[in-house]
Amino acid sequence: MTSLQDWGRLGYQRFGVSPSGAMDRRCLAMANALVGNGPEVAAIEFMNLGGSFACEGGELRLALVGAGSTATVNDAPVDPNTTIVLKDGDILQVGHARTGTFSYLAVAGGFRVAPQLGSLSFHPRSRLGGLNGAPLKAGDRLPCTPDAQQAAPMHLPLDPLEESGPIRVIMGPQDDYFTEEAIGTFLGSEFTVSPQADRMGFQLNGPRLDHEKGFNIVSDGIVDGHIQVPGSGLPIVLMRDRQTAGGYPKIATIISADLGRFAQMRPGSPVRFRAVPRAEAVAAARQLKEWLAALPSALVPLRFELTTEHLLGTNLIGGMVDALDPKLQDRTA
Amino acid sequence: MVQTPRFLPCGDGALTVEFGSTIDPDLNGKGLALDALLRASPPAGLIETVPTYRSLSLQFDPTIVDYDGLIRWLEEATQGLEPQSATGTRWRVPVVYGGEYGIDLEAVAERHGLTPSRLIELHSGAVYRIYMIGFLPGFAYLGGLDPRIATSRRTQPRSKVPSGSIMIGGEQAGIVPMEMPSGWHLLGRTPVLSYAPERDPAFLFAAGDEIVFEPVDASRWSELERAALAGEPVAEPVRA
Repeated sequence: MTSLQDWGRLGYQRFGVSPSGAMDRRCLAMANALVGNGPEVAAIEFMNLGGSFACEGGELRLALVGAGSTATVNDAPVDPNTTIVLKDGDILQVGHARTGTFSYLAVAGGFRVAPQLGSLSFHPRSRLGGLNGAPLKAGDRLPCTPDAQQAAPMHLPLDPLEESGPIRVIMGPQDDYFTEEAIGTFLGSEFTVSPQADRMGFQLNGPRLDHEKGFNIVSDGIVDGHIQVPGSGLPIVLMRDRQTAGGYPKIATIISADLGRFAQMRPGSPVRFRAVPRAEAVAAARQLKEWLAALPSALVPLRFELTTEHLLGTNLIGGMVDALDPKLQDRTA
Repeated sequence: MVQTPRFLPCGDGALTVEFGSTIDPDLNGKGLALDALLRASPPAGLIETVPTYRSLSLQFDPTIVDYDGLIRWLEEATQGLEPQSATGTRWRVPVVYGGEYGIDLEAVAERHGLTPSRLIELHSGAVYRIYMIGFLPGFAYLGGLDPRIATSRRTQPRSKVPSGSIMIGGEQAGIVPMEMPSGWHLLGRTPVLSYAPERDPAFLFAAGDEIVFEPVDASRWSELERAALAGEPVAEPVRA
Protein backbone atom coordinates (compact mmCIF):
# COMPACT_ATOMS: atom_id res chain seq x y z
CA MET A 1 0.00 0.00 0.00
CA THR A 2 1.21 3.50 -0.86
CA SER A 3 -0.28 6.22 1.31
CA LEU A 4 0.28 9.55 2.99
CA GLN A 5 1.69 9.15 6.53
CA ASP A 6 2.89 11.62 9.13
CA TRP A 7 3.69 11.27 12.85
CA GLY A 8 0.21 9.83 13.44
CA ARG A 9 -3.23 10.82 14.63
CA LEU A 10 -2.81 11.32 18.35
CA GLY A 11 -5.52 11.90 20.92
CA TYR A 12 -8.45 9.97 19.43
CA GLN A 13 -7.85 6.44 20.66
CA ARG A 14 -10.56 6.97 23.29
CA PHE A 15 -12.98 7.15 20.35
CA GLY A 16 -11.59 4.00 18.74
CA VAL A 17 -9.35 5.78 16.21
CA SER A 18 -5.97 4.09 15.62
CA PRO A 19 -3.00 6.48 15.58
CA SER A 20 -1.52 5.19 12.28
CA GLY A 21 1.49 7.22 11.11
CA ALA A 22 4.83 6.40 9.51
CA MET A 23 6.09 2.87 10.16
CA ASP A 24 9.69 4.16 10.29
CA ARG A 25 9.79 7.66 11.71
CA ARG A 26 13.58 7.84 11.25
CA CYS A 27 13.30 7.60 7.47
CA LEU A 28 10.31 9.95 7.32
CA ALA A 29 12.28 12.53 9.32
CA MET A 30 15.35 12.13 7.07
CA ALA A 31 13.28 12.65 3.90
CA ASN A 32 11.71 15.73 5.48
CA ALA A 33 15.07 17.13 6.64
CA LEU A 34 16.41 16.91 3.07
CA VAL A 35 13.67 19.26 1.86
CA GLY A 36 13.71 21.57 4.88
CA ASN A 37 10.52 20.25 6.54
CA GLY A 38 9.97 19.45 10.19
CA PRO A 39 10.36 15.71 10.97
CA GLU A 40 6.64 15.00 11.32
CA VAL A 41 5.35 16.43 8.02
CA ALA A 42 3.31 13.96 5.93
CA ALA A 43 5.12 12.17 3.11
CA ILE A 44 4.25 9.37 0.70
CA GLU A 45 4.98 6.04 2.37
CA PHE A 46 5.79 3.15 0.01
CA MET A 47 5.36 -0.39 1.29
CA ASN A 48 7.61 -2.55 -0.91
CA LEU A 49 6.34 -1.23 -4.25
CA GLY A 50 7.45 2.05 -5.79
CA GLY A 51 5.65 4.31 -8.22
CA SER A 52 5.90 6.82 -11.02
CA PHE A 53 5.26 10.54 -10.53
CA ALA A 54 4.98 13.42 -13.00
CA CYS A 55 5.68 16.97 -11.89
CA GLU A 56 3.15 19.48 -13.19
CA GLY A 57 2.97 23.25 -13.09
CA GLY A 58 6.32 24.21 -11.58
CA GLU A 59 9.47 23.13 -9.83
CA LEU A 60 9.47 20.78 -6.83
CA ARG A 61 12.09 19.70 -4.32
CA LEU A 62 11.61 16.15 -3.07
CA ALA A 63 13.58 13.51 -1.21
CA LEU A 64 13.30 9.73 -1.08
CA VAL A 65 14.64 7.90 1.98
CA GLY A 66 14.07 4.39 3.20
CA ALA A 67 14.31 0.78 2.23
CA GLY A 68 17.01 1.08 -0.43
CA SER A 69 14.50 2.04 -3.11
CA THR A 70 16.25 3.45 -6.17
CA ALA A 71 14.96 6.46 -8.04
CA THR A 72 15.35 7.93 -11.50
CA VAL A 73 14.41 11.31 -12.95
CA ASN A 74 13.64 11.02 -16.66
CA ASP A 75 15.45 7.64 -16.54
CA ALA A 76 18.66 9.12 -15.07
CA PRO A 77 19.56 7.57 -11.69
CA VAL A 78 19.38 9.75 -8.58
CA ASP A 79 21.82 9.29 -5.69
CA PRO A 80 20.18 7.88 -2.58
CA ASN A 81 19.28 10.19 0.33
CA THR A 82 19.62 13.37 -1.71
CA THR A 83 17.31 16.23 -2.56
CA ILE A 84 15.67 15.67 -5.93
CA VAL A 85 14.70 18.73 -7.99
CA LEU A 86 11.91 18.15 -10.47
CA LYS A 87 11.00 20.58 -13.23
CA ASP A 88 7.65 20.86 -14.93
CA GLY A 89 7.16 17.69 -16.97
CA ASP A 90 9.89 15.63 -15.26
CA ILE A 91 9.08 12.01 -14.42
CA LEU A 92 10.28 10.57 -11.10
CA GLN A 93 10.35 6.77 -10.90
CA VAL A 94 10.64 5.13 -7.49
CA GLY A 95 11.79 1.51 -7.47
CA HIS A 96 10.77 -1.27 -5.11
CA ALA A 97 12.20 -1.73 -1.63
CA ARG A 98 15.47 -3.66 -1.44
CA THR A 99 16.98 -3.45 2.04
CA GLY A 100 13.78 -2.97 4.06
CA THR A 101 10.06 -2.46 3.53
CA PHE A 102 9.14 1.21 3.94
CA SER A 103 10.39 4.26 2.02
CA TYR A 104 9.29 7.89 2.20
CA LEU A 105 8.99 10.55 -0.49
CA ALA A 106 8.79 14.01 1.06
CA VAL A 107 8.14 17.29 -0.75
CA ALA A 108 9.37 20.71 0.35
CA GLY A 109 6.52 22.48 2.16
CA GLY A 110 4.44 19.30 2.37
CA PHE A 111 1.37 18.15 0.47
CA ARG A 112 -1.56 20.54 0.30
CA VAL A 113 -4.14 18.07 1.59
CA ALA A 114 -6.57 18.81 4.43
CA PRO A 115 -5.85 16.84 7.62
CA GLN A 116 -8.61 14.76 9.21
CA LEU A 117 -8.70 14.69 13.01
CA GLY A 118 -5.39 16.51 12.99
CA SER A 119 -3.44 14.21 10.68
CA LEU A 120 -2.90 13.25 7.05
CA SER A 121 -2.09 9.64 7.97
CA PHE A 122 -4.29 7.24 6.04
CA HIS A 123 -6.00 4.54 8.11
CA PRO A 124 -7.96 1.96 6.10
CA ARG A 125 -10.51 0.80 8.69
CA SER A 126 -11.40 4.34 9.75
CA ARG A 127 -11.32 5.60 6.17
CA LEU A 128 -9.49 8.61 7.56
CA GLY A 129 -6.62 10.65 6.16
CA GLY A 130 -4.74 10.09 2.94
CA LEU A 131 -6.12 11.57 -0.24
CA ASN A 132 -9.94 11.72 0.25
CA GLY A 133 -9.81 8.93 2.84
CA ALA A 134 -7.97 6.56 0.49
CA PRO A 135 -4.49 5.24 -0.26
CA LEU A 136 -2.73 6.59 -3.36
CA LYS A 137 -3.56 5.04 -6.72
CA ALA A 138 -2.57 5.59 -10.33
CA GLY A 139 -4.09 8.76 -11.71
CA ASP A 140 -4.28 10.63 -8.38
CA ARG A 141 -3.11 14.23 -8.33
CA LEU A 142 -1.38 15.39 -5.16
CA PRO A 143 -1.32 19.18 -4.72
CA CYS A 144 1.96 20.45 -3.27
CA THR A 145 2.64 23.62 -1.34
CA PRO A 146 4.58 26.14 -3.47
CA ASP A 147 8.27 25.88 -2.60
CA ALA A 148 9.24 29.16 -0.97
CA GLN A 149 12.78 28.19 0.03
CA GLN A 150 14.44 27.23 -3.27
CA ALA A 151 17.25 25.89 -1.09
CA ALA A 152 20.28 24.10 -2.50
CA PRO A 153 20.06 20.31 -2.93
CA MET A 154 21.44 18.40 0.03
CA HIS A 155 22.65 14.93 0.97
CA LEU A 156 22.25 13.02 4.25
CA PRO A 157 25.14 10.59 4.67
CA LEU A 158 23.23 8.30 7.08
CA ASP A 159 21.57 4.91 6.73
CA PRO A 160 19.48 3.89 9.73
CA LEU A 161 18.76 0.56 8.02
CA GLU A 162 22.35 -0.51 8.70
CA GLU A 163 21.59 -0.86 12.44
CA SER A 164 21.42 -4.45 13.66
CA GLY A 165 21.27 -6.54 16.82
CA PRO A 166 18.38 -7.94 18.84
CA ILE A 167 15.15 -5.93 19.08
CA ARG A 168 14.87 -4.57 22.60
CA VAL A 169 11.66 -5.10 24.58
CA ILE A 170 10.24 -4.30 27.99
CA MET A 171 8.44 -7.34 29.40
CA GLY A 172 4.69 -7.04 30.02
CA PRO A 173 1.94 -6.00 30.35
CA GLN A 174 0.70 -9.62 30.50
CA ASP A 175 3.94 -11.63 30.74
CA ASP A 176 2.38 -13.29 33.82
CA TYR A 177 -0.06 -15.07 31.45
CA PHE A 178 2.79 -17.18 30.09
CA THR A 179 4.71 -20.17 31.42
CA GLU A 180 8.32 -19.67 32.50
CA GLU A 181 9.35 -21.87 29.57
CA ALA A 182 7.47 -19.58 27.18
CA ILE A 183 9.29 -16.51 28.51
CA GLY A 184 12.61 -18.35 28.11
CA THR A 185 11.68 -19.40 24.58
CA PHE A 186 10.60 -15.87 23.67
CA LEU A 187 13.90 -14.34 24.81
CA GLY A 188 16.16 -17.21 23.78
CA SER A 189 14.92 -18.18 20.31
CA GLU A 190 15.16 -16.86 16.81
CA PHE A 191 11.87 -15.95 15.13
CA THR A 192 11.32 -14.99 11.51
CA VAL A 193 9.06 -12.28 10.13
CA SER A 194 6.26 -14.07 8.25
CA PRO A 195 4.78 -12.86 4.94
CA GLN A 196 1.70 -11.82 6.99
CA ALA A 197 3.19 -8.44 7.80
CA ASP A 198 1.41 -5.17 7.14
CA ARG A 199 0.81 -1.81 8.75
CA MET A 200 -1.51 -3.42 11.36
CA GLY A 201 0.84 -6.10 12.57
CA PHE A 202 3.73 -8.47 11.85
CA GLN A 203 3.08 -12.16 12.42
CA LEU A 204 6.21 -14.02 13.51
CA ASN A 205 7.09 -17.65 12.83
CA GLY A 206 9.07 -19.68 15.33
CA PRO A 207 8.57 -21.78 18.44
CA ARG A 208 5.12 -21.67 20.07
CA LEU A 209 4.74 -19.65 23.25
CA ASP A 210 2.46 -21.42 25.72
CA HIS A 211 -0.01 -19.57 27.89
CA GLU A 212 -0.35 -20.44 31.53
CA LYS A 213 -3.69 -18.70 32.13
CA GLY A 214 -5.45 -19.04 28.77
CA PHE A 215 -5.37 -16.65 25.88
CA ASN A 216 -8.50 -14.57 26.35
CA ILE A 217 -8.43 -11.44 28.45
CA VAL A 218 -11.08 -8.75 28.71
CA SER A 219 -9.98 -6.17 26.13
CA ASP A 220 -7.53 -3.58 27.37
CA GLY A 221 -5.48 -0.84 25.76
CA ILE A 222 -2.94 -1.49 23.02
CA VAL A 223 0.17 0.47 22.06
CA ASP A 224 2.52 0.33 19.07
CA GLY A 225 5.02 -2.49 19.50
CA HIS A 226 2.90 -4.69 21.76
CA ILE A 227 3.70 -8.36 21.14
CA GLN A 228 0.45 -10.26 21.54
CA VAL A 229 0.18 -14.02 21.54
CA PRO A 230 -3.15 -15.51 20.41
CA GLY A 231 -4.18 -19.15 20.83
CA SER A 232 -1.84 -20.31 18.05
CA GLY A 233 1.11 -19.48 20.33
CA LEU A 234 2.75 -17.49 17.53
CA PRO A 235 3.45 -13.86 18.40
CA ILE A 236 2.08 -10.90 16.45
CA VAL A 237 3.76 -7.51 16.82
CA LEU A 238 1.13 -4.77 16.70
CA MET A 239 2.11 -1.86 14.48
CA ARG A 240 0.82 1.65 13.68
CA ASP A 241 -2.57 0.67 12.18
CA ARG A 242 -3.40 -1.63 15.14
CA GLN A 243 -6.71 -1.38 16.94
CA THR A 244 -7.00 0.70 20.09
CA ALA A 245 -7.91 -2.22 22.38
CA GLY A 246 -7.62 -5.96 22.18
CA GLY A 247 -8.21 -9.20 24.03
CA TYR A 248 -5.03 -11.29 23.69
CA PRO A 249 -2.26 -11.32 26.31
CA LYS A 250 0.78 -9.22 25.43
CA ILE A 251 4.04 -10.86 26.49
CA ALA A 252 6.26 -7.81 25.91
CA THR A 253 6.50 -4.46 24.12
CA ILE A 254 9.15 -3.33 21.65
CA ILE A 255 10.81 -0.16 22.93
CA SER A 256 9.95 2.99 20.98
CA ALA A 257 13.53 3.51 19.73
CA ASP A 258 13.62 0.07 18.05
CA LEU A 259 10.19 0.10 16.43
CA GLY A 260 11.30 1.72 13.15
CA ARG A 261 14.14 -0.77 12.81
CA PHE A 262 11.75 -3.68 13.43
CA ALA A 263 9.27 -2.27 10.89
CA GLN A 264 11.93 -2.45 8.18
CA MET A 265 12.52 -6.19 8.66
CA ARG A 266 11.44 -8.03 5.54
CA PRO A 267 9.50 -11.32 5.54
CA GLY A 268 11.97 -14.13 6.24
CA SER A 269 14.27 -11.90 8.30
CA PRO A 270 15.48 -13.48 11.53
CA VAL A 271 14.59 -11.58 14.69
CA ARG A 272 15.66 -12.00 18.29
CA PHE A 273 14.33 -10.14 21.33
CA ARG A 274 16.28 -8.86 24.32
CA ALA A 275 14.56 -7.70 27.51
CA VAL A 276 15.90 -4.38 28.79
CA PRO A 277 15.17 -2.35 31.90
CA ARG A 278 13.08 0.78 31.55
CA ALA A 279 16.12 3.06 32.02
CA GLU A 280 17.83 1.62 28.92
CA ALA A 281 14.66 2.07 26.85
CA VAL A 282 14.31 5.69 27.96
CA ALA A 283 17.98 6.38 27.22
CA ALA A 284 17.47 4.93 23.73
CA ALA A 285 14.34 7.07 23.26
CA ARG A 286 16.36 10.17 24.24
CA GLN A 287 19.12 9.20 21.83
CA LEU A 288 16.63 8.82 18.99
CA LYS A 289 15.02 12.15 19.84
CA GLU A 290 18.44 13.86 19.71
CA TRP A 291 19.29 12.06 16.46
CA LEU A 292 16.04 13.32 14.91
CA ALA A 293 16.66 16.87 16.14
CA ALA A 294 20.22 16.84 14.73
CA LEU A 295 19.20 15.79 11.20
CA PRO A 296 19.17 19.33 9.74
CA SER A 297 22.75 19.88 10.96
CA ALA A 298 23.85 16.58 9.40
CA LEU A 299 22.92 17.79 5.91
CA VAL A 300 25.78 18.11 3.43
CA PRO A 301 25.48 20.32 0.33
CA LEU A 302 24.97 18.04 -2.66
CA ARG A 303 27.17 20.03 -5.06
CA PHE A 304 30.33 19.21 -3.06
CA GLU A 305 29.35 15.58 -2.65
CA LEU A 306 28.59 15.25 -6.33
CA THR A 307 31.97 16.67 -7.30
CA THR A 308 33.81 14.14 -5.15
CA GLU A 309 31.76 11.25 -6.41
CA HIS A 310 32.06 12.45 -9.96
CA LEU A 311 35.84 12.54 -9.64
CA LEU A 312 35.90 9.07 -8.08
CA GLY A 313 33.72 7.78 -10.86
CA THR A 314 35.98 9.07 -13.62
CA ASN A 315 39.31 8.06 -12.05
CA LEU A 316 40.49 11.67 -11.98
CA ILE A 317 40.93 11.34 -8.22
CA GLY A 318 44.00 9.20 -8.86
CA GLY A 319 45.59 11.99 -10.82
CA MET A 320 44.81 14.46 -8.04
CA VAL A 321 46.47 12.24 -5.44
CA ASP A 322 49.47 11.97 -7.69
CA ALA A 323 49.66 15.69 -7.95
CA LEU A 324 49.57 16.16 -4.20
CA ASP A 325 51.97 13.42 -3.16
CA PRO A 326 55.55 14.01 -4.23
CA LYS A 327 56.51 10.34 -3.79
CA LEU A 328 53.66 9.17 -5.98
CA GLN A 329 54.39 11.97 -8.39
CA ASP A 330 57.92 10.65 -8.77
CA ARG A 331 56.70 7.16 -9.40
CA THR A 332 54.21 8.13 -12.06
CA ALA A 333 56.42 10.68 -13.75
CA MET B 1 -13.87 -2.60 48.85
CA VAL B 2 -10.34 -1.36 48.47
CA GLN B 3 -8.60 -2.86 45.47
CA THR B 4 -5.06 -1.78 44.69
CA PRO B 5 -4.74 -1.26 40.95
CA ARG B 6 -1.84 -2.86 39.09
CA PHE B 7 0.49 -0.71 37.04
CA LEU B 8 1.44 -2.71 33.96
CA PRO B 9 4.34 -1.50 31.80
CA CYS B 10 3.59 -1.17 28.08
CA GLY B 11 7.03 -0.41 26.70
CA ASP B 12 8.76 2.87 27.50
CA GLY B 13 5.92 5.09 26.26
CA ALA B 14 2.86 3.72 28.03
CA LEU B 15 1.42 1.98 31.03
CA THR B 16 -1.91 0.41 31.87
CA VAL B 17 -3.59 1.01 35.20
CA GLU B 18 -5.55 -2.19 35.70
CA PHE B 19 -8.40 -2.10 38.19
CA GLY B 20 -9.46 -5.72 37.67
CA SER B 21 -9.83 -8.43 35.08
CA THR B 22 -13.58 -8.65 34.55
CA ILE B 23 -16.38 -6.66 32.93
CA ASP B 24 -17.77 -4.75 35.87
CA PRO B 25 -19.35 -1.29 36.12
CA ASP B 26 -17.32 -0.39 39.24
CA LEU B 27 -13.97 -1.31 37.69
CA ASN B 28 -14.94 0.59 34.54
CA GLY B 29 -16.05 3.53 36.66
CA LYS B 30 -12.69 3.68 38.43
CA GLY B 31 -10.90 3.85 35.10
CA LEU B 32 -13.18 6.68 34.02
CA ALA B 33 -12.71 8.52 37.33
CA LEU B 34 -8.93 8.34 36.96
CA ASP B 35 -9.27 9.41 33.32
CA ALA B 36 -11.18 12.52 34.43
CA LEU B 37 -8.49 13.36 37.02
CA LEU B 38 -5.69 13.03 34.47
CA ARG B 39 -7.54 15.08 31.88
CA ALA B 40 -8.18 17.83 34.40
CA SER B 41 -4.48 18.14 35.24
CA PRO B 42 -2.35 16.22 32.75
CA PRO B 43 1.25 15.55 33.86
CA ALA B 44 4.01 16.85 31.55
CA GLY B 45 4.57 14.50 28.61
CA LEU B 46 1.17 12.77 28.72
CA ILE B 47 -0.06 12.24 25.12
CA GLU B 48 -3.40 10.54 25.64
CA THR B 49 -5.41 8.27 27.91
CA VAL B 50 -7.60 5.40 26.72
CA PRO B 51 -10.33 4.06 28.99
CA THR B 52 -11.23 0.38 28.48
CA TYR B 53 -13.56 -2.06 30.27
CA ARG B 54 -11.40 -2.48 33.32
CA SER B 55 -8.34 -0.32 32.94
CA LEU B 56 -6.98 3.00 31.82
CA SER B 57 -4.06 3.16 29.40
CA LEU B 58 -1.71 6.13 29.58
CA GLN B 59 0.47 6.93 26.59
CA PHE B 60 3.26 9.44 27.05
CA ASP B 61 6.56 10.75 25.74
CA PRO B 62 9.16 8.70 27.67
CA THR B 63 11.77 11.47 27.28
CA ILE B 64 9.56 14.01 29.08
CA VAL B 65 7.48 12.14 31.64
CA ASP B 66 8.84 11.65 35.16
CA TYR B 67 7.90 7.95 35.38
CA ASP B 68 8.56 7.35 39.07
CA GLY B 69 6.75 10.57 39.92
CA LEU B 70 3.83 9.52 37.73
CA ILE B 71 3.58 6.14 39.47
CA ARG B 72 3.62 7.84 42.89
CA TRP B 73 0.91 10.26 41.72
CA LEU B 74 -1.19 7.35 40.38
CA GLU B 75 -0.78 5.37 43.60
CA GLU B 76 -2.08 8.31 45.57
CA ALA B 77 -4.83 9.22 43.11
CA THR B 78 -6.20 5.66 43.01
CA GLN B 79 -6.32 5.31 46.83
CA GLY B 80 -10.02 5.24 47.68
CA LEU B 81 -10.93 6.33 44.15
CA GLU B 82 -14.70 6.40 43.77
CA PRO B 83 -16.01 4.80 40.56
CA GLN B 84 -17.48 7.36 38.22
CA SER B 85 -21.05 6.20 37.76
CA ALA B 86 -23.42 7.40 35.10
CA THR B 87 -22.25 10.98 35.18
CA GLY B 88 -22.01 11.03 31.42
CA THR B 89 -24.79 11.91 29.03
CA ARG B 90 -27.77 9.57 28.65
CA TRP B 91 -28.71 9.32 24.98
CA ARG B 92 -32.07 8.25 23.54
CA VAL B 93 -31.34 6.43 20.30
CA PRO B 94 -34.22 5.69 17.87
CA VAL B 95 -34.21 2.15 16.47
CA VAL B 96 -36.24 0.46 13.75
CA TYR B 97 -36.39 -3.18 14.89
CA GLY B 98 -36.71 -6.29 12.74
CA GLY B 99 -37.38 -6.81 9.04
CA GLU B 100 -34.67 -5.59 6.72
CA TYR B 101 -33.40 -3.37 9.56
CA GLY B 102 -32.74 -6.24 11.97
CA ILE B 103 -32.50 -9.48 10.04
CA ASP B 104 -31.71 -11.64 13.09
CA LEU B 105 -34.55 -10.41 15.31
CA GLU B 106 -36.93 -13.33 14.67
CA ALA B 107 -34.24 -16.02 14.92
CA VAL B 108 -32.92 -14.59 18.21
CA ALA B 109 -36.47 -14.35 19.61
CA GLU B 110 -37.15 -17.95 18.63
CA ARG B 111 -33.88 -19.09 20.23
CA HIS B 112 -35.02 -17.65 23.58
CA GLY B 113 -38.65 -18.79 23.19
CA LEU B 114 -39.84 -15.19 22.98
CA THR B 115 -42.08 -13.32 20.57
CA PRO B 116 -40.25 -10.68 18.53
CA SER B 117 -42.18 -7.92 20.31
CA ARG B 118 -41.17 -9.28 23.73
CA LEU B 119 -37.53 -9.35 22.58
CA ILE B 120 -37.85 -5.70 21.47
CA GLU B 121 -39.38 -4.87 24.86
CA LEU B 122 -36.49 -6.48 26.73
CA HIS B 123 -33.84 -4.93 24.50
CA SER B 124 -35.30 -1.42 24.58
CA GLY B 125 -36.26 -1.62 28.26
CA ALA B 126 -32.68 -1.54 29.55
CA VAL B 127 -30.29 1.31 30.27
CA TYR B 128 -26.93 0.54 28.68
CA ARG B 129 -23.59 1.83 29.83
CA ILE B 130 -20.84 2.61 27.33
CA TYR B 131 -17.88 0.72 28.78
CA MET B 132 -15.51 1.73 26.07
CA ILE B 133 -15.17 2.80 22.47
CA GLY B 134 -12.90 0.74 20.28
CA PHE B 135 -12.47 -1.67 17.37
CA LEU B 136 -13.53 1.09 14.95
CA PRO B 137 -14.01 4.85 15.31
CA GLY B 138 -17.15 5.35 17.40
CA PHE B 139 -17.95 1.67 18.04
CA ALA B 140 -19.52 1.64 21.50
CA TYR B 141 -19.25 -1.50 23.63
CA LEU B 142 -22.43 -1.53 25.73
CA GLY B 143 -23.03 -3.32 29.02
CA GLY B 144 -26.46 -3.75 30.57
CA LEU B 145 -28.07 -6.26 28.22
CA ASP B 146 -30.89 -8.20 29.91
CA PRO B 147 -29.28 -11.60 30.67
CA ARG B 148 -32.43 -13.31 29.40
CA ILE B 149 -31.56 -12.28 25.84
CA ALA B 150 -27.78 -12.80 25.97
CA THR B 151 -26.99 -14.70 22.76
CA SER B 152 -23.68 -16.34 21.89
CA ARG B 153 -22.08 -15.02 18.74
CA ARG B 154 -22.73 -16.45 15.29
CA THR B 155 -20.39 -19.30 14.36
CA GLN B 156 -19.91 -17.66 10.97
CA PRO B 157 -19.21 -13.93 11.26
CA ARG B 158 -20.61 -11.75 8.48
CA SER B 159 -18.05 -9.89 6.41
CA LYS B 160 -20.28 -6.80 6.33
CA VAL B 161 -22.98 -5.46 8.61
CA PRO B 162 -24.54 -2.09 7.76
CA SER B 163 -23.75 1.16 9.52
CA GLY B 164 -26.20 1.88 12.37
CA SER B 165 -26.85 -1.79 13.11
CA ILE B 166 -28.02 -2.45 16.66
CA MET B 167 -26.39 -5.72 17.63
CA ILE B 168 -25.99 -8.13 20.50
CA GLY B 169 -23.16 -10.61 20.99
CA GLY B 170 -22.87 -12.69 24.14
CA GLU B 171 -23.77 -10.37 27.02
CA GLN B 172 -22.72 -7.30 25.10
CA ALA B 173 -24.58 -4.91 22.89
CA GLY B 174 -23.28 -2.47 20.33
CA ILE B 175 -24.06 0.28 17.84
CA VAL B 176 -22.24 -0.02 14.51
CA PRO B 177 -20.61 3.27 13.42
CA MET B 178 -19.79 2.23 9.86
CA GLU B 179 -20.03 -0.87 7.69
CA MET B 180 -17.86 -3.52 9.36
CA PRO B 181 -17.41 -7.27 9.77
CA SER B 182 -19.17 -8.81 12.77
CA GLY B 183 -20.38 -12.07 14.27
CA TRP B 184 -23.00 -10.40 16.44
CA HIS B 185 -26.78 -10.61 15.89
CA LEU B 186 -28.60 -7.74 14.18
CA LEU B 187 -31.80 -6.75 15.99
CA GLY B 188 -32.43 -3.38 14.36
CA ARG B 189 -30.89 -0.30 12.90
CA THR B 190 -30.60 3.34 13.87
CA PRO B 191 -30.06 6.27 11.51
CA VAL B 192 -27.87 7.83 14.23
CA LEU B 193 -24.24 8.17 13.15
CA SER B 194 -22.14 7.75 16.26
CA TYR B 195 -19.21 8.91 14.12
CA ALA B 196 -19.44 11.45 11.29
CA PRO B 197 -16.06 12.95 10.29
CA GLU B 198 -17.61 16.12 8.84
CA ARG B 199 -19.88 16.80 11.83
CA ASP B 200 -18.92 18.80 14.91
CA PRO B 201 -18.61 16.86 17.18
CA ALA B 202 -17.39 13.99 15.00
CA PHE B 203 -18.07 11.53 17.84
CA LEU B 204 -21.41 11.56 19.68
CA PHE B 205 -20.75 9.07 22.45
CA ALA B 206 -17.99 8.74 25.02
CA ALA B 207 -17.07 5.99 27.47
CA GLY B 208 -19.21 6.48 30.58
CA ASP B 209 -22.26 7.71 28.68
CA GLU B 210 -25.53 5.80 28.78
CA ILE B 211 -27.80 4.66 25.96
CA VAL B 212 -31.52 3.91 25.90
CA PHE B 213 -33.13 2.57 22.73
CA GLU B 214 -36.47 3.91 21.55
CA PRO B 215 -38.38 1.70 19.09
CA VAL B 216 -39.65 3.74 16.15
CA ASP B 217 -41.71 2.77 13.13
CA ALA B 218 -40.00 1.98 9.82
CA SER B 219 -42.03 4.80 8.23
CA ARG B 220 -39.84 7.32 10.08
CA TRP B 221 -36.56 5.91 8.75
CA SER B 222 -36.07 8.20 5.73
CA GLU B 223 -36.87 11.38 7.63
CA LEU B 224 -34.47 10.51 10.49
CA GLU B 225 -31.78 9.30 8.12
CA ARG B 226 -31.94 12.58 6.16
CA ALA B 227 -31.51 14.53 9.38
CA ALA B 228 -28.53 12.39 10.43
CA LEU B 229 -26.86 12.76 7.05
CA ALA B 230 -27.39 16.52 7.26
CA GLY B 231 -25.27 16.52 10.41
CA GLU B 232 -27.96 16.43 13.10
CA PRO B 233 -27.26 14.14 16.06
CA VAL B 234 -30.78 12.52 15.90
CA ALA B 235 -29.85 10.82 19.19
CA GLU B 236 -31.28 13.00 21.96
CA PRO B 237 -29.53 13.69 25.23
CA VAL B 238 -32.24 12.92 27.81
CA ARG B 239 -29.96 13.78 30.71
CA ALA B 240 -26.80 15.78 30.33
